[in-house]
Amino acid sequence: MKTRRDFIKISALGLGATAAAGGAAKWVFGDPVGDLMAGAGDESPELKTFPTYCEVCFWKCAGWAYVNEQGGIQKITGNLDDPQCNGRLCPRGTGGVGMFSDPDRLKTPLMRVIKNGEQTYREATWDEALNFIAGKMKEIKAKTGPESMALFFHGSSGNHFSHLMKAYGTPNLAAPSFAQCRGPRDVGFEATFGESVSSPEVTDIRDTKCLVLIGSHIGENMHNGQVQEMSEAIDNGAVIITVDPRLSTAASKSKFWLPIKPSTDLALLLSWIHVLIYENIYNEDYVSKYAEGFEQLKEHVRNFTPEWAYPITTLKPHEIRATAREMAAAAPAVIIHPGRHAAWYGDDVQRTRAIAILNALLGSWGNRGGLFFKEGIKIPEFPHPEYPQPAWSYHELNNGRFPLANEAVTNSVIESSIPADGKEAKIKGWIVTGTNLIASVPLKEQLNKAMQSLELLVVVDTMPMEITGYADVVLPECTYLERYDDIRATAHREPTLALRMPAVEPQYQTKPAWWIAKELGVRLGLGDYFNYKDYTEVLDWQLKQVGSSLDEMKRIGVKKTTRNTSPYIEPGTLHSFKTASGKIQLYSHELAAAGFDAMPVYTPHPEPQEGYYRLIYGRAPMHTFSRTANNRNLVALMPENALWINPQVAALWGFKKGQYIWLKNQDGVVSKFPIKVRLTERIRWDSVYIVHGFGHHHKPLTFAYGRGVNDTELITNVMLDPVMGGTGMRGNFVTFLTKDPGKEAEA
Amino acid sequence: MRYAMAIDTKKCVGCSDCVVACQTENNVPIGYCRDWISETVDGTYPNVSIELRSERCNHCDNAPCVRCCPTGASHFEDGGIVLVTHHKCIGCGACIQSCPYEARYSHPDGYVDKCTFCIHRVRKGEDPACVSVCPTNCMYFGDLDDPNSEIVNVLKNRKFKTLAPEAGTSPQIFYLV
Repeated sequence: MKTRRDFIKISALGLGATAAAGGAAKWVFGDPVGDLMAGAGDESPELKTFPTYCEVCFWKCAGWAYVNEQGGIQKITGNLDDPQCNGRLCPRGTGGVGMFSDPDRLKTPLMRVIKNGEQTYREATWDEALNFIAGKMKEIKAKTGPESMALFFHGSSGNHFSHLMKAYGTPNLAAPSFAQCRGPRDVGFEATFGESVSSPEVTDIRDTKCLVLIGSHIGENMHNGQVQEMSEAIDNGAVIITVDPRLSTAASKSKFWLPIKPSTDLALLLSWIHVLIYENIYNEDYVSKYAEGFEQLKEHVRNFTPEWAYPITTLKPHEIRATAREMAAAAPAVIIHPGRHAAWYGDDVQRTRAIAILNALLGSWGNRGGLFFKEGIKIPEFPHPEYPQPAWSYHELNNGRFPLANEAVTNSVIESSIPADGKEAKIKGWIVTGTNLIASVPLKEQLNKAMQSLELLVVVDTMPMEITGYADVVLPECTYLERYDDIRATAHREPTLALRMPAVEPQYQTKPAWWIAKELGVRLGLGDYFNYKDYTEVLDWQLKQVGSSLDEMKRIGVKKTTRNTSPYIEPGTLHSFKTASGKIQLYSHELAAAGFDAMPVYTPHPEPQEGYYRLIYGRAPMHTFSRTANNRNLVALMPENALWINPQVAALWGFKKGQYIWLKNQDGVVSKFPIKVRLTERIRWDSVYIVHGFGHHHKPLTFAYGRGVNDTELITNVMLDPVMGGTGMRGNFVTFLTKDPGKEAEA
Repeated sequence: MRYAMAIDTKKCVGCSDCVVACQTENNVPIGYCRDWISETVDGTYPNVSIELRSERCNHCDNAPCVRCCPTGASHFEDGGIVLVTHHKCIGCGACIQSCPYEARYSHPDGYVDKCTFCIHRVRKGEDPACVSVCPTNCMYFGDLDDPNSEIVNVLKNRKFKTLAPEAGTSPQIFYLV
């Protein structure tokens, strides 16, 4: 079928020519060990080092890139002065070299053209590509206003394009990290404590006596600082309580593993609240000083006994009581971990509210071993004219829904890009940077329709991710090892600054995001917003405002400063939380006023039918999202995902270890590729588990193509969170096909 | 001097950082490895436990690989580190067969390769790459003959085991359990 925007496989273009244009692609390793002749191989050549912070995930650990004599990246190690990693990168950071050396990288700008009646890409110069985009953006601005352009972003490049888009005049800057991930958690904590738990989270795991993880699998998610601190907590004898339908790595290190029936977490949380209040083991002093709405909460949870929760959660009442008592015994040095990816069941703000309420009842925020107050260094903006005031805000795209959404909602932007009811679409063009929407957002049909309706789709990436196949223009960004980016200014236990500078020149025809944004800005007549030749001018100016300089940061990579405020509530003082009243909201007037439950209420969610299993998904420590599935250093550790299935279930189906099967969901959607069966006692009978980020179907990802299953293609039932628009993705069920469904269809 | 390693299975999360760090430190070709992660699962749902271990050459005191090497390529270095001199190795693979830990592999360049305890780093006073990168800090490297070393301290205070003790190789990697 011909569509406006055919999916173009970039490989079909004979990129050989472009590869040659890059020249320096050849990857040569040094040989620091030499031949080990007679064991005398301790003469390693001196490698040049450059400060960087990692871009393989959002934790942004600072480190050093080592450049070998051939001009390649030999290795990357952590910066000892960085509290986010303490000199120890995670496997992805260590394997960041594979992002740089990936043979499949985007190498030159590409533009969609029609050749012999077929849509295809042709290589373009930067000038051509940028002129084309600027022309289109001017056209859109003239026709329907700058607000009808949207940005989808993730990571450091997002800052540069956000600046460009604000200067252009649009409020529609959407990150999948909000509606698909941490948004419900942030809104839930804001409604309770008046602020979110930030990133990196303000969890004082290092000094905690009791860490409660609810579906959060630290150790499989390699949020580096947290993994390190959990290890310290284990050394210190902290009690870990893990709630997970799967014996996660963290669960295996826990004193209590509660293998909860998926989707019932809120019932467990409410019964924990019940136990704390009705056994009178909550932190009465803290609650009376800092919280509002206790009496209403007490009345609200009166009937939510562990016995009530038992048939819902399948967790025994004595276990629920025992774990609540452990928390109380450790209080206030206890953390009910807020998690990170929280878009599960559509009532996620309420679930994270319950988590926040538990933390409040135990008095953890503001106390050592609980949640601390962050402090950071504010980096001033490089001087630029004021941004124009958009004619309307991103809230318009929510059509009266999601009143507490305080960031643009990706799914609303996507929906608003489709003309409906005879009306023109509000959104006409997208710039997508650092996020492969095909893997990061569910509801593929809607996404497809939107992409077919757009007047302009620009994708900026380092790799030929699926989303690039839909673009009108593909702009190749260089990797983080080849560019300057903004100063990483972290607000956490200690305020820190970290510098990222190029360790090597951008390879091929790739460019740093700051350059792309600036060049586009200039072409859009927004040059005043980019009043510098080189980004080093911006960085040096900013650093000098805060008492450092680019020269200093090039030498040290990370700068820590001492705090001016205490991370904990000081004895004898009264802390004011950032809510309107200064008090923690056990009962939320804000939610009530918006028409939602003022206190969390458990609602049952659909369960799988006979022969179907709940699809749960998560992380593996050596991969980030879908972006590392082609990284040769990391796929060596885990080339594909596998389907975790309980051996008893597998026996019912007659599955053998290592067998490949296809997954079919409740709506009849079948996985594009088969997945390997992993028989394991580490999972419940009613659920199966896969690691997110595999099942790439874009052939230019020469390694990742066809390996494993993409969970988001099976997530067709999305439960929207009415509070903020989060896409609850855990209400999907799969059954198994043992024969290739494609072949069956042919026969 | 007797170099050894202790690895805390209570802290290891099996992230494989040790594997990547070894690879980039020692130019191990992609598709091969000098260290790796093992997972042992015990019990049935819901009474399940797992043990995660970072494994590698055990630098055995009684190393069958050294004994069976026909050319002397496999040998002991100072501190008991077992090494392979690449240019002396004829790639016969006898050592690969003799190792109860499957710690050796045939390098595409024709010799047998394995963990060196990062001797080039250790001689500079640094930890092996795997130890220095570990996000959980679960690995301890040091000299068993030094009563003040951290490794001696943890082995004094913790229960530990070795792998395949029945092979009689006197392995020098200790797993804290």
